This record gives sequence, structure tokens and C-alpha cells, in this order.
Amino acid sequence: MANAIEIRALRKSFGRTTALDGLDLEVRAGEVHAFLGPNGAGKTTTIRILLGLLRKDAGQAELLGGDPWRDAVALHRRLAYVPGDVTLWPGLTGGEIIDLLGRLRGGLDPKRRQALTERFALDPAKKARAYSKGNRQKVALIAALASDAELLLLDEPTAGLDPLMEATFRDCVTEERQHGRTVLLSSHILAEAEALSDRVTIIRDGRTVETGTLAEMRHLTRDLVDAETAGPVRLDALPGVHDLVTDGLRVRCEVDHGALDEVLGRLHQAGVRTLTCRPPTLEELFLRHYSAERTGAGAPR
Amino acid sequence: MTVLAHPGRAGTGLTGTGVLATLAIRRDRIGLAAAVYVITAGVAGTAWTLKRLYPTPAGRAALAGTAGANPALRFLYGRLDGTSLGSITTWRYGVWAGLFAALVAIFVVIRHTRSDEEAGRLELAGSAAVGRQAPLVAALVTAAAGVGAVSVLLCAVLPLTGLPAAGSALLALGIGCCGLAFTGIAAVAAQLASAARAARGIALGVLGVAFVLRGVGDAAGASGPSWLSWASPLAWIQLARPFAASDPWVLALPLAVGAAGTGLAFALAAHRDQGAGLLPARPGRATASAALRGPFGLAWRLQRGALAGWAAGYAFIFAVCGAAAKGIGQLLGTSTALEREFTRLGGQAAITNAYLAALMLLAGLVAAAYAVSVIGRLRAEETGEAAEPVLATATGRVRWALSHIAVAAGGAALLLAVAGVAAGLGYGLRTGSAGTWVARMTGAALGQLPSAVVLAAVAIALFGLLPRASVGGAWTALGLVVVISLFGQALQLSHWILDLSPFTHAPRLPGGPVQAAPLLWLCAVALALSAAGLAGLRRRDIG
Repeated sequence: MANAIEIRALRKSFGRTTALDGLDLEVRAGEVHAFLGPNGAGKTTTIRILLGLLRKDAGQAELLGGDPWRDAVALHRRLAYVPGDVTLWPGLTGGEIIDLLGRLRGGLDPKRRQALTERFALDPAKKARAYSKGNRQKVALIAALASDAELLLLDEPTAGLDPLMEATFRDCVTEERQHGRTVLLSSHILAEAEALSDRVTIIRDGRTVETGTLAEMRHLTRDLVDAETAGPVRLDALPGVHDLVTDGLRVRCEVDHGALDEVLGRLHQAGVRTLTCRPPTLEELFLRHYSAERTGAGAPR
Repeated sequence: MTVLAHPGRAGTGLTGTGVLATLAIRRDRIGLAAAVYVITAGVAGTAWTLKRLYPTPAGRAALAGTAGANPALRFLYGRLDGTSLGSITTWRYGVWAGLFAALVAIFVVIRHTRSDEEAGRLELAGSAAVGRQAPLVAALVTAAAGVGAVSVLLCAVLPLTGLPAAGSALLALGIGCCGLAFTGIAAVAAQLASAARAARGIALGVLGVAFVLRGVGDAAGASGPSWLSWASPLAWIQLARPFAASDPWVLALPLAVGAAGTGLAFALAAHRDQGAGLLPARPGRATASAALRGPFGLAWRLQRGALAGWAAGYAFIFAVCGAAAKGIGQLLGTSTALEREFTRLGGQAAITNAYLAALMLLAGLVAAAYAVSVIGRLRAEETGEAAEPVLATATGRVRWALSHIAVAAGGAALLLAVAGVAAGLGYGLRTGSAGTWVARMTGAALGQLPSAVVLAAVAIALFGLLPRASVGGAWTALGLVVVISLFGQALQLSHWILDLSPFTHAPRLPGGPVQAAPLLWLCAVALALSAAGLAGLRRRDIG
């Protein structure tokens, strides 16, 4: 099947600021693709070029087999978009805005609209000026999910949602994939990408630094272990342990999922005083793996 | 509990007022200074002009006779109290200066209380070391500083035009006190509604009622309900009788209203949550009506409320101004200078026609301002990012822009039609030929439409080609056209400058000839500018 999105060497600058500096992105039809990067990496600029709101300076961008600038209106009938910062008209109610956006897109399924409104626990009779950030986000999400668009462009869609609604959102995205819809999910939260996506593209400073399935990026899914033990513990010879730092009775290291059991066993033998074990944040990954990219000095380990 | 005995530097409900007031005055420095200047210059300029137009006591007595006999003029300007220059100045501009001072107070108070609260800015400020009452006090101080500046400046400037100092001071204080009364009223309105628009609406509604009460009371004459005037803060300026039998104690009334409003506002503010209003926010429809369909439905929904307000204002103002046209000939005839000017134009009928034509020019200029403000909404939607979700649907940029352009052009046409019908009814009912005059004046008003649309087209061209400068540029263009149209001939500007204003090419109706060529040219220019703007919009980045 053809790719839903194909971007090659995309460039865009605003005055003297370079937003995109040769970005590549390939989203296959029917997959959930996570588009990761720290704030200011160029995720929103990329999506706005895909929507035909911005004009690219150089490179190629193809969306659903068309040109996002030239064929904007025709392409927009086949996609739904949720902006990162949802701005609504203060005098209209959430229900009116959901219907309006649906009609502007060419129709929405009233039954799905009703079901989604209940699932996301949104009061559709409230004026938009009374909504919190999370509720504004829900309005845009319901409008997008209730459409029958084949492609969903979601720009940091869970930014204002509470954990319960985030879980609902994840369920919805999983269902959309089962129905064969393609999803581009921009985020700066790695855990969200891990939970939902088939493939991941990571960008920084307007450039793609890595793309592939998460299994191909094992080094991204290592856990960070930070422990204090009663006696000395030796971890340096273990396979799957990286970046070990020993400071007296305190050890810090990155551990592959497969080696976690062995590491915890040794810590237990030595007597655990304190222990934290968590996945690295995206910012930490960028600091460790890609800070050299900018100067071009080395490849990620 | 020694730890709690010193929780930090003590603060009161007013902590931080100075910082917030400085911030408010800084944010408003240009707008407030401009408003103060316009009001002061308006009153002083009126005094200066009247002195030139009515130099003799006999001329002024004749004016007083005519103005006193015309209820429509009494409705518009109030009662004329004496025949001195000061009395005539108070009659001609006192109520209106008070109205403008009240507008300044309302806009400043709501902007720094409810608008900031609605936008969440007060929440940010309130989390700092800022007392609970500080934002309201800062807003009141800013508004009081504005209207106070008007009073002080008028006290200083009016005697320079030759008016007695005591009367000048009383008139100046009356105008300032009217502003203070509405400062208190606006402070209460800001507590009532949770949306700034609604709060502004409440305060402006009170101002409108005050104008009508005063107008009806003043127009009524001795036998009618003239006591109604006493219920209106706008009437108190003239009821204090500057330049006549001074009753300065009357000004205790606006001060009492201001103080009572301020006290009530503080009491209300103490009993409500941040962000909440006293009037409950009504729930709306859970689903969209069939009319909210497509970009045109959305644009209409966003703009219809404002258009209804404009249309109501147009109907009211032009009905009254049309009614005032009867007898306008005699009024102007009381000034020998004006009479010479107008008899040169062709006598009584010509004077009435000239007055009505000038009225329609005003209707055209204000309709152009309305259209420019509607086009400005496009840029506001774009920068506020509400345009993004719309443009991400199957709505092309041009259709999106055309939806608001349709409201601008259609709205301007509606306003002009309302102005024509209202002025025609106002004048026709008083002269007993309403049918003829409604048709004649509607035609005269619609003759201004192509010129108004040209200004909207300038705004469209700027929006498409120079988006960042578009709002400022469009209002600057409108301002220049207003100056050229209203003062161009008086300033003896050269012909090619006069020709720059589209209103120079509009027919001078009623009374003037109608030529098709200039109207067609105006339409062609509007179309060309709009097309250029839309072409620019298609090519540029959004945002």
C-alpha cells in the first residue's frame, strides 16, 4: 500500500530562523506513527505544511498522494486535524463547534459523536469560553474522531487531558487503527508513543535523527536504574547494562529490558536501601544520544 | 505558634495597586491620551467655532428661539439655558462630551477588570503579592485619571476661548463627574457578567438608557415628563447650569452614583470567585442548528450580534437626526456667516438637502468603519489561531475570506439602508410626506455604498498582501479618508488629494445629480483591490 505521508528533505525558514532543515518523514497507510521531538523541533511546522497552511521552501511533501499546498481542499476532505493549542470561538458551545467542524469537513457520524461525547465526559451545551484547556482539547478530538477521515493528524493531543481521559484517548486511537485509519501523532512524551505507535520518527532542530519501529530502537527503551545498596554491588560486567556510574554505595545505569531481572537480583543480594527504575524522558534521550548530532561529531550510540 | 506570627511582610487587600495602576496606564497610554485629547478639543473647538458663527447677542437669541422650539434638537443636545456663548457651548457639546467621558470610563474599567479576568491575566497577577481589591482599584484609578484629565484640561483651555472661568470650571467638572458616575456603573457591570463582552454590554445599555431618558425629558418641554432628565447622569451636566444660574450641588449626584457603584462593586467582588459572575452563564445548544453550516454560516454567527447592535444604533441616531432636519434652515439662518454660505448654495430647500446629504456622508463613513472592522476579524481569527481548524477542513482560503467579506459588504449595505429609511421616516413624518422621503433617503444612503466598499477592499488587499500591517493600515486609510471627506474643503486641500477619498466620488444626495460612471469606477476599484488581496492570501503563509 502507498504511503499516507511522504516527506523528503523538507526545508522551511521564517526570516532568519530555520524551522525545518532537511526533514524526512514516511508514514505508511494504516499505521499509527509517532512524531517525536522536543519543543521547538519543528513538529507543528511540519504538520502546518502538510495542511497547506504554510508553503515549503524546498524539498518534497506528499500527502495521501497529493500536493498539500495545491490540493489542500480536496485532501482536507480525507483528513481530520487536532491542533496542539486548541482555540475555539468563545460564544459558541462545544456541541455547535463539533457539528460545525464536522460539516466543514463534509459530514460526521451522529452516533459516533454521541458516543465520543459520553466517553470523553464533555458537556456539549457549555460555551467555549467556559471550557478548560482539557475540555477545549476534547472538543477538537471528538470532532476529529467522529469524522470518517482516513488520516488523523494529531498535534500533541493529550497536552491538557487528565490521566483518565488520556487512557480513553489511547483506547480511541487503538480502535481507529483497527478500523484501518492512519494516525500521525506528534508528541514529546515517549511513553505515549510506546503505548500507541507502530513506528516512530524522532526529529530535532528541524531534522530527522531516527526513524523505525520501537523494537529497532531498543536503546530508547532502556530503563534508568538509580539505587543505593547496603553493601557493594558489581554490575559492570553484565550484558545489557550501559553508562554505569558508581558513587560509593550508589549506582546509576541504563538497563535493557532483558537484563533488568539480573540487575535487580544483584541489587537485592547487596541489600536495597533506595531504588528508582523508570524509562528515560525524551529530553534525557536527546541530551544523551543526539547532542553530538548538532555539531556533526558523532552518531548515536 | 511563633512560626505563623510572621507569615511574611504584611499585606492588605490593596497591596500591589500602584504597580497594577502603572501597568494599566502604560497599556492605555496612547488610547487614553487620544480620547482625552478628542473630548477636550471637541468642547474647546465647539466654543471657538460658535464664537465665530454667532458673534452678536441677536444672532444667539435667534438660535436659542429655534433650538428651543425644535424637540428633535432638544432630544439630541439637551436644553439651551440662556443666550451667552458659554450656554450655547454647553447646549451643543455638554451632553455629548459627557457621553464620550462615560464611554472612556466604561471601556477602561471593563478592559482592566473583566477582560483581564476572562483572559486569565488577572489570575497570573493575582498569584503575585497582589491584594484582592487591587485590580479593581487600579482600573478605577486609571479611568478616573482619564476623565479627571479631561476636566483639568477643559478648566484650563475653555477660558482661553473667552468663556468666563467660573462657568468653564463648572462645565468641565460636570463632564468629569459624568465620567466618574459611569466609572462606578462600569465597576458594577464588571462584577455581574462573567464575559467582558456582556459586561460592556450592560454598562453601555445603562448609558443608552441614560441618553434616552435625558433626551425624552429634555424634548418633552414644560407640559411633558421633563422630570425624566433628572434620572439621567448625562443631563446633570446641563442641570448644574454652568454659565447661567450655577447649581454646583447638582454635581453631588454623579459623585454619589460613582461612589455607590464603587462600593457596590467592592461588596460584589468580595462575595464571588475569580472568573465567576453574578449572572449565571446560560448553557447553549448541545448541537448546532442547521444554519451553522459552512464558512458563511460561521461568519454570520460570529458577526450577527455586532451587526444587530450597529443597526439598532443606526436606526436610532439617523431617525433623530432626520427629524432634526425640519427647521434646520431657520437654525442655520440665525448665523449671518452661515446664512451667506448657504444662500449661496440655494436657499431653504438647498440647506435642508445639504444637511441631509452631509448626514448620509456620515452614514457612509461610519458604514465604512463597520466594514473595515469586519475585515479585521479575518486577521484576528488568523492570529488567534481559530482560523487554523477551519482551514484544515475542506474550506479553501478564498471561501473562508469571502465569508467575512460577504458580511462586510452586506452589513454595510444593511446599515446604509437602515440609515436611509430611518432618516427618511424621521424627516418625512414631521413634514407629512414619509413615503417620498423614505424612498429618496434610502437611495441617497445606498449611493454611499460603493465608496464604503472601496475602503473594505483596501482592508482586504492589505490583509492578503501585507498581513502584519493590515489592521493598522486599514484604519489609517479610513482615518485619512474621514479627514479628507469632512475637513478637506475647509482645509482647502488640492483636488488630487480630495479625489483620493472614494466618498468624493459618491453622489451628493438628496439634491445632487447622479452619474453612473463614478459609481461604476468605484465598484471596479473595489473588485480589483479585493482580487489582489485574495490572490495574495492564496500565495502566503497562514499564521
